[in-house]
Amino acid sequence: MTDNGKVVVEVQNIAKRFPGVQALKGVSLVIERGTVHALVGENGAGKSTLMKILAGLYRPEEGKIIFQGEEVVFRNASEALDKGISTIYQELLLCPNLTIAENIFLGREPTSGPFLSREIFARCQRELDRIGFSDLKPGARIADLTVAQQQMVEIAKALALDSKLIIMDEPTSSLTPGEVRHLFQTIRQLKENGKAIIFISHRIEEIFEIADHVTVLRDGELVASTPIGEVTYDDVVRLMVNRELAISLSQRYEGDIGEELLEVRNLSRKGAFEGISFTLHSGEVLGFAGLIGAGRTELMRGIFGIDPIDSGQVVIGGKAVRIESPQQAIRLGLGMATEDRKHDGLFSALSVRENMTMANLGLGPLTAILGFVRQRREAQLASSYVSSMDIRTPGLATPIISLSGGNQQKVILSRWLMTNPRVLILDEPTRGIDVGAKAEIHRLIRQLAQEGRGVIVVSSELPELLAVSDHIIVMREGIMTAQLETADTSQEEIMTYASIKRTENGKE
Amino acid sequence: MTTPPSTPTTASAKSGRRIPIERLSRLGVLLALLFFVTVFAIGSPRFLTIDNFINVSRQISTNFIIACAMTFVIITAGIDLSVGSFVALSGVLMAGLSVNYGLPWPLAVVLTIAVLAGVGLLNGFAISRQGLQPFVVTLAMMSIARGLALAYTGSEPIFLTNPTVLALGNGYVGPVPVPVIIAAVVGVVAHIVLTRTKLGRYVYAVGGNEEAARISGINVANIKLFVYGLSGALSAVAGTIMAARLYSGNPTAGQDTALDVIAAVVIGGTSLFGGVGSIVGTLLGAFIVGIISNGLTIMNVPYYWQLVAKGLVIYIAMLIDKQARSIRQR
Repeated sequence: MTDNGKVVVEVQNIAKRFPGVQALKGVSLVIERGTVHALVGENGAGKSTLMKILAGLYRPEEGKIIFQGEEVVFRNASEALDKGISTIYQELLLCPNLTIAENIFLGREPTSGPFLSREIFARCQRELDRIGFSDLKPGARIADLTVAQQQMVEIAKALALDSKLIIMDEPTSSLTPGEVRHLFQTIRQLKENGKAIIFISHRIEEIFEIADHVTVLRDGELVASTPIGEVTYDDVVRLMVNRELAISLSQRYEGDIGEELLEVRNLSRKGAFEGISFTLHSGEVLGFAGLIGAGRTELMRGIFGIDPIDSGQVVIGGKAVRIESPQQAIRLGLGMATEDRKHDGLFSALSVRENMTMANLGLGPLTAILGFVRQRREAQLASSYVSSMDIRTPGLATPIISLSGGNQQKVILSRWLMTNPRVLILDEPTRGIDVGAKAEIHRLIRQLAQEGRGVIVVSSELPELLAVSDHIIVMREGIMTAQLETADTSQEEIMTYASIKRTENGKE
Repeated sequence: MTTPPSTPTTASAKSGRRIPIERLSRLGVLLALLFFVTVFAIGSPRFLTIDNFINVSRQISTNFIIACAMTFVIITAGIDLSVGSFVALSGVLMAGLSVNYGLPWPLAVVLTIAVLAGVGLLNGFAISRQGLQPFVVTLAMMSIARGLALAYTGSEPIFLTNPTVLALGNGYVGPVPVPVIIAAVVGVVAHIVLTRTKLGRYVYAVGGNEEAARISGINVANIKLFVYGLSGALSAVAGTIMAARLYSGNPTAGQDTALDVIAAVVIGGTSLFGGVGSIVGTLLGAFIVGIISNGLTIMNVPYYWQLVAKGLVIYIAMLIDKQARSIRQR
């Protein structure tokens, strides 16, 4: 369609089905060199399927891929890589115990005779210099790097292979705002060097910052593909979800904040957080802002008894308590949905129902004599949550792993709501969740507060915190740097408290 | 895209227990069992008889009893290698208590089970409180328990003469051997605990995602203590039956037990990664392992070839399991 020299890859009429689902229904797409092409859609819209087809992981039933003017059929990931298509997955695929150099040269290590050559470090350095990533030290172990640095290594790996097309799957989901800015700089640089980039993200505002072109998928179909200048934020959201979202940033509850539910006094744990004090009231949503590594998650884990605390006090309902295990915390009326669903939330081998009632079983009402589970009562309770939370699942016995991220999160939230907590801690409650589910979770948070509970929300997305919380506490490197009224603050103000001023100390 | 939100009635109507894939992998095991039965039935006319079925059932009963506990252990993503040594230790302990110390046999049996449960708890303690790997801990315990059994007896068997005790291994109720009855009771209770109780649910939870289990308020350490304690106790039940069957508490008993038991559990579809498994599967697994030994013996295949065959079956079973798993993950 456009002049062929510019087109890197053309996808024609791709269709792919899985048992029970038509994941892609005849999608066509053209991607030009030197552009950033955003791919958006709700979970299950077909983004990952399309991406995996381009990466050689899936083979489509119908349609063609034309890469640099020639039709290609990838039988596996390494064929796609050889042709020049690199993919940077959300969960980075690096060997944590190896060095940067070893990772970048993985599978094509320089050798001298039968032995690995020490050349690798020098060659890696040259490579990194060439692509302008001189910050990275070839001898550093991956495990010692931040997520952002690891991502840079993945990008370096793609560039070292001279990839023409780089697919990035939610590259910003675990980055701090500063790191995102750095990543965007890198992406712009890649663009200037003529690379094509497919950028997948749930954060629509980012797309308007970085992308040249946006393609919206919904239910496996392409619903729009246009230059970014021709659409608005609201257009994109509407195209994605095909319904108006009643989300508004000014929906905060204006009523009174009630009695004191939780007070934290001078809480410290060495190397994680220090001297944290705050109070949470009934009907209040308290937001925690900060960069990744600011100690917010560690603080919440400390309060909830997951990790030990060194000093300080937790007061619940006026009584000082020592919480040494989550079990105790639950009995005291706390609940906590953790940050990393897969790692410490889901029981992936178990069903929706079993996942939902897991925290509640220990509390009594669902069990009879000898610890027998009251099956009928459990099923009734679970299905009432399925309908009240609008969880899309074929049934209660469905394995949770087959649900979309948003629905999985709703199951986990149900798990905690069932315990009827007075205080609910939500750590990154909407990470990796599509726009529709996100809005529902925001509404739920407000509703919980109106019921008289206290809710703590830890989030790296400032618009989210500004939307749901009454007060915002900002943390930086384990200490509290500000406590702000949401109504009187702004993203900029929060960021200044959250970030370390590089210029002040001369170093990070 | 819009599934209507399910109402309580429809959802509970659809809430049938396990997921279909698991049934599929169990179907594979069932087919394998049928396959071996067919092969042996063709190979020997003596194989497919009621007498031989009763015989096989009795042969597998002790391993099945231990395998029930092992199913719990493996679902928590653990392993217990010490069960074979526990069989020997419990056998000589029971025999020693009743023969050398003249304790009445029920007391000797109960005491033995209690002591071995305690030894199992030691495994559990080292694993859950001291944070050591189950493999290493139970490997060490395997050596310790075997050594204790040999030391206690001076490596000589202690002979049993009490007819009631001997009936635990050799008696019948009607046509059914006593060990089969004991195994059936253990199996039914284990199945009910695993599928119907909070404890069972927690066992799956701990193996499926230990951190999530802890955050959900489950006392993970206690669950682990329980499964290893159970493993000790049920090994003692099996050890007692075995001693009765051999007319003696023998310090060298149970040499193949750990292998056969773990094989039965794994063939039955319980994943070594934890979180998945069932007693029904373990029963099928125990039958497969038992039928291979029995069938090959009837066909006069030497013991060492039986070992080779057993190994191959374990290998094939794991292959089937992996296939089933990759289907589950789509």
